[in-house]
Amino acid sequence: MATPVLDKVEAEASASPYITVTFRIRRFNPEVSAEAVWEDFQLEIDPKERVLDGLHKIKWDLDGTLTFRRSCAHGICGSDAMRINGRNRLACKTLIKDLNPEKPITVEPIKGLTVLKDLVVDMEPFFQAYRDVMPFLITKETNEPTRERLQSAEDRARFDDTTKCILCAACTSSCPVFWNDGQYFGPAAIVNAHRFIFDSRDEAGEQRLEILNDRDGVWRCRTTFNCTDACPRGIEVTKAIAEVKKALITRRF
Amino acid sequence: MSTTETTASGIGPVEGAELYNVDHPAPLIEAPRRRTKKTPKSTRGNFELAAWLFMRLSGIVLVVLVIGHLIIQLVLDGGVSKVGFAFVAGRWANPYWQVWDLAMLWLAMLHGANGLRTVINDYAERPNSRLWLKGLLYTATVFTILLGTLVIFTFDPNIR
Ligand code: SF4
Ligand code: FES
Repeated sequence: MATPVLDKVEAEASASPYITVTFRIRRFNPEVSAEAVWEDFQLEIDPKERVLDGLHKIKWDLDGTLTFRRSCAHGICGSDAMRINGRNRLACKTLIKDLNPEKPITVEPIKGLTVLKDLVVDMEPFFQAYRDVMPFLITKETNEPTRERLQSAEDRARFDDTTKCILCAACTSSCPVFWNDGQYFGPAAIVNAHRFIFDSRDEAGEQRLEILNDRDGVWRCRTTFNCTDACPRGIEVTKAIAEVKKALITRRF
Repeated sequence: MSTTETTASGIGPVEGAELYNVDHPAPLIEAPRRRTKKTPKSTRGNFELAAWLFMRLSGIVLVVLVIGHLIIQLVLDGGVSKVGFAFVAGRWANPYWQVWDLAMLWLAMLHGANGLRTVINDYAERPNSRLWLKGLLYTATVFTILLGTLVIFTFDPNIR
């Protein structure tokens, strides 16, 4: 008679999904100190939840001064790329259980960009490089179009991979060449140039290739593959860069 | 951004509350890719393209040249013990080996120098250290290439 009761109690205890996880967060506040420091937070969390949920718990219940960006919380706006356990990921797409919750989970701002506060970095240089490659359709025909610009399914498939970019900067800020002096265009800008260079409807591919033929353009890529590993959208970033290089070479010779 | 506040002492109190506050936040590091007066108008050109292509092509040729060289010098005919003045003189009497060694010298030096140039570009952070490291690199490269070329062409087997 006693056994079933015990079983039930045990079952209930083990049914509680919560575990204790330590979040080790790199904090920086220029109004307090010029140095960034690590701060630990202990929280009860369901391992099936995401790192972003943990950050929310900290901000809402433990320390309201924690600063980070997020908007959609579903991996589509690209605002919450951060360095989690040493790798660039979206906090909203990273489950606690995939991170080894026994050890503290480290959360840092992405590298290579100026930290403004806690996990928020100045994205301006990233977007400057993005704007530099002219990420919009350019045609020689400047009159207002009277009908849709048609394209075959094969032509569309040519650049399908690079249309998926959400401009999260996970790739650019994982690139060791970008870390050094930040002058390199960065994988994200090249991905978005690729999206138009290989679009059959676009007519400024030549111009974009010329822009990326810069001293700090595609030739600074060392095929480290950090960008491909970092991309939360699964874009084959290094392959896209290689295709731009190839287009530049075949165009010349 | 005013920096006059921080001139007194580099080491502030641990809490730092007196050093930085809302009106005097810690100075931020200048963001990369910011357009400043020193930013060059355009750094486009085909040099990087040519350098990149040269690395791939010279690499392929060097694999053949260097492995061939190593086999001849170290493996065939009794290995390294046979290499001496007479052996080198004998080989360089043949223009075929002269061309082989010359090609190997030029390609290996330019390949290595360009590789180091990219390493310096990637790792040297201050413009000044870049300048000096590259100056040293180019001087050493030119010196070695010229000296090696001179020796291959003016080599005199009858020297005593
Ligand atoms: S290519 Fe991927 S990692 Fe890079 S900005 Fe776009 S979505 Fe983010
Ligand atoms: S919050 Fe939008 S991508 Fe993570």
